[in-house]
Amino acid sequence: MGKSLSEKILERAAGKSVSPGDVVEVGVDIVAFHDLTGYHVIEVLEKATNGNIRVCDANSLVIAFDHLVPPPDVRSAEIQQSIRSFVKKHTLKNFHDVGYGILHQVLIERYVVPGQVVMAADSHTTTSGALGAFAQGLGASDIAAIVLTGKTWVTVPQPFKIKLIGSLGKWVTGKEVALEILRVFKAEYFNGMSIEVFVENPTAFPMDFRATVANMGIEMNADALMFVPDSETINFIKSERGFEPKIITPDKDAEYVDEYTIELNKVELLVAAPHSVDNVKSVREVWGTEVDYVFIGSCTNGRVSDFEIAAKIMKGRKVKSRCIAIPASWNVFKKCLELGYIQTLVESGCIVTYGTCGPCIGGHFGIAAPGEIVVSTSNRNFIGRMGSPEAKIYLAGPAVAAATAVAGKLVEPGDVM
Amino acid sequence: MIVEGRVIKLGDKIDTDVIIPAKHLKYTNPEYLAQHVFEPIDPEFYKKARGAVIVAGKVFGMGSSREQAAIAIKAAGIRAVVAESFARIFYRNAINNGLPVIICPGISREVAEGDWLRINIETGEAVINNVKKVMCKPITGMALEILKAGGLLEYLKKLKNY
Ligand code: SF4
Repeated sequence: MGKSLSEKILERAAGKSVSPGDVVEVGVDIVAFHDLTGYHVIEVLEKATNGNIRVCDANSLVIAFDHLVPPPDVRSAEIQQSIRSFVKKHTLKNFHDVGYGILHQVLIERYVVPGQVVMAADSHTTTSGALGAFAQGLGASDIAAIVLTGKTWVTVPQPFKIKLIGSLGKWVTGKEVALEILRVFKAEYFNGMSIEVFVENPTAFPMDFRATVANMGIEMNADALMFVPDSETINFIKSERGFEPKIITPDKDAEYVDEYTIELNKVELLVAAPHSVDNVKSVREVWGTEVDYVFIGSCTNGRVSDFEIAAKIMKGRKVKSRCIAIPASWNVFKKCLELGYIQTLVESGCIVTYGTCGPCIGGHFGIAAPGEIVVSTSNRNFIGRMGSPEAKIYLAGPAVAAATAVAGKLVEPGDVM
Repeated sequence: MIVEGRVIKLGDKIDTDVIIPAKHLKYTNPEYLAQHVFEPIDPEFYKKARGAVIVAGKVFGMGSSREQAAIAIKAAGIRAVVAESFARIFYRNAINNGLPVIICPGISREVAEGDWLRINIETGEAVINNVKKVMCKPITGMALEILKAGGLLEYLKKLKNY
C-alpha cells in the first residue's frame, strides 16, 4: 500500500516507517519564530539552559519581525531589542528585521522547499504547506526545544484528499476556496488530519491562492494542509529563488481516510460572518451590510495577486469605508509598486504600509472600535481579534473587500464597476 | 495522577484570542496573565477560576499558537481542562506547562456547571459528583512523560543532551 505525502515526509524526517496515529520523533528542517513569540522562545531557552544556550543548527533557524512592526510602544521595541541581541550573540544569518515581511510570507519566498518539515512559533505556519512542506505551528516551549535539539515529536495525521478541478470564476480566489472548505466541513472536522490538495490543472490555481488556502488550514483545525507539489510549485521556486527544487509526491496508491472534490467554477464569492471562520455565507446573503473599515493584507491575502485584484476594482474610484492595505512583505510591496497597484490604492484613499501584522491581530495600525463592522482579508474573525470585542468582523477575499471599500457596504465587484 | 474540582462549563470552539487577547502577549508573567484570562467573554472570570475544572466542547484552544493561553488558565488556578476535543497546538502548550488536558467525547452532555468532577488522567476514569462514572481518554506517551516531569522545561532539563 502506498503512502500519502505527509507520511512520506514524516518517514524521511523520522528515519523510519510511519503510519497515521503513530507518535514519532522527527528532525526539523526549518524552525522559525517572530518577534511576539520569539522573546518567549528565548525566555524558555534561557531557563532550560541556565543562560548557556547552544543553538543546535543556526542555519535552519529563521526569524522575522512582523507582529510588533514598527514597534508601537516601548515594550515592543524592547522585545525586538532582546531578539536582536540573541541574533547577534549566536551570529544568526536568517534574520529579518522590521519591514522585511510577515514570517510566513518570508518563509515561502526565501526558505521553504517541498518535502521539508517546518515548525514555527505561530499557528499560520501551515502557509508553507503551499509548497508541499509538512508545516505546523507550535507554542514557544516546543519551538525552544527544537532550537536546542533540532527535533520534535508529532502525531502522524490521518491524510485526507481534496481535489480541485476546473478553473475559478471571475474574482474568485484561494480565499473563497478556503471558505468553501470551511462551509462544507466546519472548523472542527479536520482535527487530527492532514489535508493533501491535488490541483488538476496547476496553472489554474497559482501559488498565491495556494498560500491562502494553506494559511487557513489552521482555521480548519487540520494538523497540516499541503499542496501536492507540481509544475506550479517548481516554477514558483525557480522564479523566486533561481533554482529547480526536487519534489516529493504521494504514491499513486496512497490511502486516504476520505476525499472531496471541489469544482472550482462552482465556488461563489463568500464571506465568513461574525464571529466564526466557518460561519460562511454567500455575499448575497449579507449584501448591503454597512461597513466602517476594510483591511486588505495579512499572511492570508497580502500577496501580489490580492493587490492586483484590489487595484483593478479600485482604479479610478474612491473608497467610502476607511481602508488600510498592507502587502505581506517588502518583496510584495516592491512588486506592487512597480506594477502601479500601490499608486492606485493610494489614489483611491487607502492607507498603504508594509510588512506588519498590526491590524490583523488588533495590535496597532488600525484597531476596530466598539460596534464597528469590519471586512478583512485576514483569517480570523474571533471576538476581539481586531480590537474591541464589540466589533464585528467579516472575512472576505480581495475582490469583495475592495468592492466593499468602494461601496461602503458589503457588495460584489460587479456592483461597483 | 488524580485531578478534581468544581465544573465551569464553556462551549465549542473556544479560541485562544478569547482565552487571552493579543494585547496581553507582550508578557509571559503567569500572575499577570491569570488576571486577564477569558477577558473578552467575562472580565471577572479569574475570580471564579481557582480550583475549578473547565469542561468544554469541540476543538478547545483553537486558533493562535500563543502559549500564554495555557499559562493564563493554569495560573488562574484551573486544575484541568476536559473537552470533547482540543486544538493540536493548545493541547501541546497545556501539557508543556503542566496543565492537564483530557479528551472526553460526550462530556458536555454529562456534566453541568457546578458539578464536582474527579479524573484519573492515566486511566481516563472520571467520576461526576462522586456517583456517576464516565470514561475519558487517558493521557499517554510523550504527553504523559512531559506532564509527569512537570512541563517541557523540566523535561528538557532532565534530558540535558543538547
Ligand atoms: S498577519 Fe495575522 S494571522 Fe498572519 S501572522 Fe500576522 S497576526 Fe498572524
